[in-house]
Amino acid sequence: MTRYLLDGGSLASGEKAQIYIADGVILEVAPSITNPLALSAQKVDIDGCIVLPGFVDLHTHLREPGREDSETVSSGARAAAKGGFTAVSAMANTFPVADTAGVVEQVYRLGQLTNICDVFPIGAVTQGLAGKALAELGAMADSQAQVRVFSDDGNCVYDPMVMRRALEYVKKFNGVIAQHAQEPRLTVDSQMNEGIISARLGLKGWPSVAEESIIARDVLLAEHVNSRLHICHLTTAGGVDIIRWAKARGIQVTAEVTPHHLLLTEEYVSSYDPVFKVNPPLRTARDVMALREGLADGTIDVVATDHAPHSTESKDCEWQAASFGMIGLETAFSIVHATMVETELMSWSDFADRMSFAPARIAGYADQGHPVQAGSTANLSIVNPRLPLKVDRDLVASRSRNTPFHGMEFPGSVVATFYRGTPTILNSQLVRSASGG
Amino acid sequence: MRHLLSAADLTYTQTLLILDTAAEMAKVSEGPVKKLPTLRGRTIVNLFFEDSTRTRISFEAAAKRLSADVINFSAKGSSVSKGESLKDTAQTLQAMGADAVILRHSASGAAQRLADSHWTTGSVINAGDGTHEHPTQALLDAFTIRQNLRAGVGDLRGLTIAIVGDILHSRVARSNVLLLSTLGAQVILVAPPTLLPLGVEIWPAQLSYDLDATLPLVDAVMMLRVQQERMADFFFPTAREYSHYYGLNTDRLKLMKSNSIIMHPGPMNRGLEITAECADSARSVIIQQVANGVSVRMAVLYLLLAGAPDGNGVTGL
Repeated sequence: MTRYLLDGGSLASGEKAQIYIADGVILEVAPSITNPLALSAQKVDIDGCIVLPGFVDLHTHLREPGREDSETVSSGARAAAKGGFTAVSAMANTFPVADTAGVVEQVYRLGQLTNICDVFPIGAVTQGLAGKALAELGAMADSQAQVRVFSDDGNCVYDPMVMRRALEYVKKFNGVIAQHAQEPRLTVDSQMNEGIISARLGLKGWPSVAEESIIARDVLLAEHVNSRLHICHLTTAGGVDIIRWAKARGIQVTAEVTPHHLLLTEEYVSSYDPVFKVNPPLRTARDVMALREGLADGTIDVVATDHAPHSTESKDCEWQAASFGMIGLETAFSIVHATMVETELMSWSDFADRMSFAPARIAGYADQGHPVQAGSTANLSIVNPRLPLKVDRDLVASRSRNTPFHGMEFPGSVVATFYRGTPTILNSQLVRSASGG
Repeated sequence: MRHLLSAADLTYTQTLLILDTAAEMAKVSEGPVKKLPTLRGRTIVNLFFEDSTRTRISFEAAAKRLSADVINFSAKGSSVSKGESLKDTAQTLQAMGADAVILRHSASGAAQRLADSHWTTGSVINAGDGTHEHPTQALLDAFTIRQNLRAGVGDLRGLTIAIVGDILHSRVARSNVLLLSTLGAQVILVAPPTLLPLGVEIWPAQLSYDLDATLPLVDAVMMLRVQQERMADFFFPTAREYSHYYGLNTDRLKLMKSNSIIMHPGPMNRGLEITAECADSARSVIIQQVANGVSVRMAVLYLLLAGAPDGNGVTGL
């Protein structure tokens, strides 16, 4: 096993530190390492960079099995590594749906074969994501994939009785239900946030209340059955308020926000360019500010990308015909850095918490979300806050190009990623051994 | 200006230029030879993804009176949900050398999407996109109002115009609010709260839920088509109740100023939003609207396409 000495960087705390990695583990973190073994290790110069715990994404769509034309576990893992992630969670809305032990084990194995980052399948809450009958949650939990996060993402677990039972049932193995909060009757054929812009554009509105009413219902259900609830991709100021209220009340709820909802507003829809079509929709500037505040004060626990690759033809059309979703793994760091750290809303320690510690804790990913210290598994994301990222959809590692950030420039970028002690990214490029498949 | 996508694209001066040009075109249509050689050799495509016989033939008549070659392309039966490719169709027409595409589509924004894409290099004229806009309808409505209430000249300052009915789903209403306010008219939108879009408060228009209270104030009332199937989504309880509060009938006609006019973009649901007596009354200018549609569309095609080979139309637009 190769040994590495990371030289010239600093920690989230701001302290300068050299970091010695061997056999997949951080062996030493010190201002100046004198251990002769470390000094003979392969030196990686990370001058001006910050070493963060490897990022953990609770929400991606890797499309395999079924839609390998838009993404595979392997291509998704490479995109993740490029974005500084050492673990991603793969949503269940594949073909077939990940609602059995067989499918989640398949996805888990594909991730292990890829060996670029941890890939944890999320299990469906209900059979076929149909919202009618519970999937075999226990079998998925007991499978090799050891699923702990369950979600019908893409669909809301709308039936309150089904949601109640799911919340109760997963207590047996300390699972969590990740809810896609979307009241279906209030969002039939909805296209964009409902308000001034939807009125002008003649696009069917997607009211905030469709999201908030489900969040409100589910925090009350979680309280009632004393179980764990996670709210996917929060987008509204009202939703942040409800989560804040629920946490103050002691309810076991956690929440995530996507990078795109921290940056983009519904104004972008005025172009009718479907690259901005996403579920849940882009909201108002006021919502964006509330999400940033919520993430900064910890009301929102994690950033999750909702990386949603789509083929070119499903976006190269009129708005209504287009698919919902954006890719986000490769740009997540740069956007969260620009919106939260550059704006001084969050420290680097907060950043490490929202991007690594908190998601690993929520999902129970044992080897992830470790502090950058001796003894931790060497999952590391090394970032340069002064190396700009100019987003180019033709240069992505993902198999799909549907990034809404094409042409935009951000102040910072990921320069290296270490997965279990081995670099998957160096000098912002995939390492050869990680670029196959 | 290369495209006509939204009434918001038109300045006060451009709008008046179109209306004045339309007045000239109307004279041609009334003359013994109803044809100008202006667009000879130019190809105009009527690309209709949605049924609308009256709009299509109006554009067709306008193009033919300007001596353009007209290709009618009806992609009926192809729905957005099936992912019918606007792109492929547009590229096909481009390959055939279309100078202008007149697009009718059920998807809001389809015309802008086509104009912004590299799928076609011709001018794009929005002939109705989903529930977004229908700018030539607003132009012909403004032309008709001016003809009846302003002796066919100038703008519409000092006039009050009510638009009544399903504002939420109406592309005609969106274009009219923009264009009528550009021309200085006061617009009042009248509808049950369910049929006014959230966010309508910032439109350049007043809002009312009360047709009876509004009618005495107006110089023109524009009744919008209300689709029966809206009941299924609970926008109003029954057609009967809708007519009771928002239908134009002879009793309500009596509330209006004596010189005021009745308009409807068609096709009408007689008995729902307007009774036959009102539609056929002397105050109704509904047939004039249809005739004016041809003149206004001639003006738009002329101003966008005549002259300049670079695709930037003639004077002022």
